[in-house]
Amino acid sequence: MAEMKDGCVKPARGPIVPKAESAAPVGTVVSQEGPRMRARVGKEAPDFEVNAFVSGEGFKPIRLSDYKGKWIVLCFYPGDFTFV
Amino acid sequence: MAAVAARYDDMKAMSVEVLAMSTDSRFVHKIWQEEELTKMIKGGVPFPMLSDAGGKVGEVYGVYDEGAGVDIRGRFIIDPDFVIRAMESLTPEVGRNPDELIRQIKAFQHVVVTGEVTPSGWQPGQVTLTPGPALVGKVWKEWKP
Repeated sequence: MAEMKDGCVKPARGPIVPKAESAAPVGTVVSQEGPRMRARVGKEAPDFEVNAFVSGEGFKPIRLSDYKGKWIVLCFYPGDFTFV
Repeated sequence: MAAVAARYDDMKAMSVEVLAMSTDSRFVHKIWQEEELTKMIKGGVPFPMLSDAGGKVGEVYGVYDEGAGVDIRGRFIIDPDFVIRAMESLTPEVGRNPDELIRQIKAFQHVVVTGEVTPSGWQPGQVTLTPGPALVGKVWKEWKP
């Protein structure tokens, strides 16, 4: 694995809100609540880009929609070094 | 996590891409892989380990626990059209069942290809149903629990 240059803080985009939703019409109050749950079965998966560690490759940003066209299993878990 | 990794060959055989995500940084992922996961699974976790900084993605997916500041165990099956087909979330104490995950993926892959539907608990090779006017009221002839 080539040694990768990587600073301590590398911002990633996080959740990517579709343009139609992010561009609020003139005159509407923009919500300050932050991201709301948008994941529902039968609906398009909410896209995001985050930093990742990939075995054999090192650190790189990963965007979910880069995997479009494939079956994807996305697993959240509470934390590294936990017990289950 | 490790349990899903242990079934990675099954996932690859089904052409499934696995992505794991927690609120830990990529640096912690790397050290967990090197210090522990490689000792649980040969070669360690073979799929990308994603860092959900601040739980922002988890919030959108409905799995972020604000009190604990972590993403709870949530699992999503996404099809090639980028549509969520299945979701499951568990509080952290209970681990997942990779057998059920694999069963669901096989069933979704089957229905996408064939247009059939799969009854409860369906396993590959078992009877499927073809929805349509002719089947209304006649499911009992084809399938019983």
